[in-house]
Amino acid sequence: MTSAALRIGIDVGGTNTDAVIMSGRDVRAAHKTPTTADVGSGVQAALSEVLRQASVEPDRIGAVMIGTTHFTNAFVQARSLTPVCVIRLAAPASTSLPPFVDWPQPLQQAIEGHACVVRGGYNYDGSEISPLGVAEIRAAVVAAKKADIRTFAISSVFAPVNDSQERAARSIVNELAPGAAVTLSSEIGRIGLLERENAAIMNASLAGMAEEVIRSFSQSLFALGLTCPFYVSQNDGTLMGPELAMRFPVLTFASGPTNSIRGGGFLSGIDDGVVVDIGGTTTDVGVLMNGFPRESAIAVDVGGVRTNFRMPDVLSVGLGGGSRVRAHEGRVSVGPDSVGFRLLEAALVFGGSTLTATDIAVAAGKADIGNVAAVSGLDARLVESALAQMRSMLESAIDRMKTSANDVPVVLVGGGAILAHRDIRGASRIVVPANAGVANAVGAAIAQVSGEVDHVYSYERDGRETALAQARSAATTRATNAGASAGTVRIVEVEELPLQYLPGGAVRVRVKALGDLAAFAEV
Amino acid sequence: MRIELEDARDFARGAAFLGTGGGGDPYIGRLLLEQALKRNGPADVIAVDDLDEDALVVPIAGMGAPTVIVEKIIGFDEGEKVLRTLEARLGRRATAVMSAEIGGLNALYPAAMAAHLGLPVVDADGMGRAFPELQMVSFNILGQRAAPMAMCDEHGDTVLIESADNNRVEKLARPIVVQMGGLCMIAIYPMSGRAVKDTAVRGTLSLALRIGRAIGAARRQQRDPFDALFECLHAIEHYQHARSLFDGKIADLRRETHNGWATGHVVLESLAGRGQFSVTFRNEFLRAQRDGRTVAIVPDLISILDLETAEPITTENLKYGQRVRVVGSSVPPMMRSARALEVWGPKAFGFDEAFLPIESTREPT
Repeated sequence: MTSAALRIGIDVGGTNTDAVIMSGRDVRAAHKTPTTADVGSGVQAALSEVLRQASVEPDRIGAVMIGTTHFTNAFVQARSLTPVCVIRLAAPASTSLPPFVDWPQPLQQAIEGHACVVRGGYNYDGSEISPLGVAEIRAAVVAAKKADIRTFAISSVFAPVNDSQERAARSIVNELAPGAAVTLSSEIGRIGLLERENAAIMNASLAGMAEEVIRSFSQSLFALGLTCPFYVSQNDGTLMGPELAMRFPVLTFASGPTNSIRGGGFLSGIDDGVVVDIGGTTTDVGVLMNGFPRESAIAVDVGGVRTNFRMPDVLSVGLGGGSRVRAHEGRVSVGPDSVGFRLLEAALVFGGSTLTATDIAVAAGKADIGNVAAVSGLDARLVESALAQMRSMLESAIDRMKTSANDVPVVLVGGGAILAHRDIRGASRIVVPANAGVANAVGAAIAQVSGEVDHVYSYERDGRETALAQARSAATTRATNAGASAGTVRIVEVEELPLQYLPGGAVRVRVKALGDLAAFAEV
Repeated sequence: MRIELEDARDFARGAAFLGTGGGGDPYIGRLLLEQALKRNGPADVIAVDDLDEDALVVPIAGMGAPTVIVEKIIGFDEGEKVLRTLEARLGRRATAVMSAEIGGLNALYPAAMAAHLGLPVVDADGMGRAFPELQMVSFNILGQRAAPMAMCDEHGDTVLIESADNNRVEKLARPIVVQMGGLCMIAIYPMSGRAVKDTAVRGTLSLALRIGRAIGAARRQQRDPFDALFECLHAIEHYQHARSLFDGKIADLRRETHNGWATGHVVLESLAGRGQFSVTFRNEFLRAQRDGRTVAIVPDLISILDLETAEPITTENLKYGQRVRVVGSSVPPMMRSARALEVWGPKAFGFDEAFLPIESTREPT
């Protein structure tokens, strides 16, 4: 085994920061520590502890992969968001539903700096709806600057078919407001103007924070002498470099569930089954198909804002280690509210005064943590009905996610795995792999690299088959160049978009190839 | 009756139910309706019986491709201009607007336009549900003329089509929609109050509202939304044969070409582990079969709803593993007449079987 095979995976969650050191397929060290408000010091604490545990010098680490739900949480809680100037290129079309339509008020208030619909946009065939409203854009930028807004989101009708106007608009913004952060909808989303524009706005609103957080990651690594490259996990389980992560924080939105599903699959060796991640507040249930998370087919709301990201299909239910348990007139309820990160002070077994799901698990003898005596006096019937309630929540969540009527393997991960029964209806077997508590960090560490091609081909000249074959081979080469092991690369996405405004059967072809990092795959 | 701001979600839900899987995701229609109601206050709904014989009623609809609808969002200016264009041609102002199709998006556009224009919207439509083609409308079946038809795009450019032949109207309109960027607002089948009474499917707007409200209210009160749905339907004449057809989990989604039609199949596996159920669709759900035997078929309503929330699911939003309930319902006799079945019965969709009313397929219990 070469030194390059050592890698670190980190998961920065809302409650805990986990880190693992992996050597090939083995987890050499793992550590869990509370997430800190500044993110960086928690990361540094977790890192120095795993390095110490594994007795590894920092220069032997080949790469660090960070997965984080920090940006998702910040957005959902409308915390530290930057006000955004939104410019939609569309008029006279698409003026009836302006930017921010259908946003929850607190988020809109936190983010809406300035919003306008100006002349521009394209038809489905790439022809212009109107020429770009240059003067209107200039006026919008001037107004934004006056309001001290330096973050912009630009959207245009049918930008996925033709992004020229969005790019031209960005040049105008850059010229009038040098150094402004600009997100284009065509860089992020797919067909669906409102959803794509929402994604661009979300991304822009996180721009300031992304720069700060990514910089603090990099400083934490540097402080520990980790000079190797570091990467951030994306929604689809692949990695991006720090520069890209600073520009596109929105691409990390679903990386939490993706990493936990992939990590659970990896640790258990199960490629097809259900992964149940029980945390402090919620239980997330996802599905593994051929080793990959099953994707959601419908519009996904993030914090009440409609988007059309490709995200793993995850069902969240309000059951976690910190879920509050209440008894009222003989009826016992579990969750959906939770004491969250205060579990270590609030739960009965930790000397607090709140009855939580963790207390029930301890009282039932399913777990031995904290002060067992603190729950010995609980009414046996209460414990029993709370347990039954927790079981039925899990069973119904699993049943809703699995596709076939047959029983499927169930992988339990996350800190709250102790809550689950070992005989769940619908499960052919239940696996709690070693290191289940840090599956997210493992998922980050085993992330893959991708190669992408986005190119316009002439199907008339080249023929569709030849063109697609070329695109596939180019994407594969790019994945390999990015560090993927040649034998593991496969094409995961092919998208063809006919460009009817160009002659010769022009088609925009997007191909994405995925592979394991070479150093990792060889072991 | 009026449509208030807080009705928008219920109305959109009911329209999705009557859309029987098609008619487009009513999301954008609901946002437009909410926008109009916020700005202009509630929209008045006028019952068919309350229309003067010589009232001028104008059906308004969006016409175009689904992918364009979600990018180029149609608006109030186009709706206003298309109506004004037709009014100018007819030399008089419209008394009310109406839906041509009460399923999906086109149920919501006219209500939004009604609020915007300060005109009432008629409690009726031309399909009683959603259908994929312009001639599949009761106004056509019962001899109303589609023309003069006006079209308007986002530039305010308008086209007026005149023809005595309704099929020609559709043929002429199609290439114009393409030139208008794949989507435009149309005003078509302008008709008298008398003609509405003779040719429209009555009470369908309030039906959509009632269905949506029943489901929404039951959820808020933590009652079973399906109980509420059936209570609601059973209380309405012609819909009393509504019933649950199957509970299952989506086990397969297939698309194929059958007799020249691009057709989809959704296969359900029973939650109880017994029996198989399949629903055939082409934009809309057209035929439901249990173990190979037809239990409901177009034009009777077939909707697929989320098993827990009773939210109707459109064909494009179906996915593997969803737990759903298939619900079927009878429809008014005018939708099942011999003339109507020629245009929108099973044979019109390439099925080699006769129409079978849903009340005749109930299994003996």
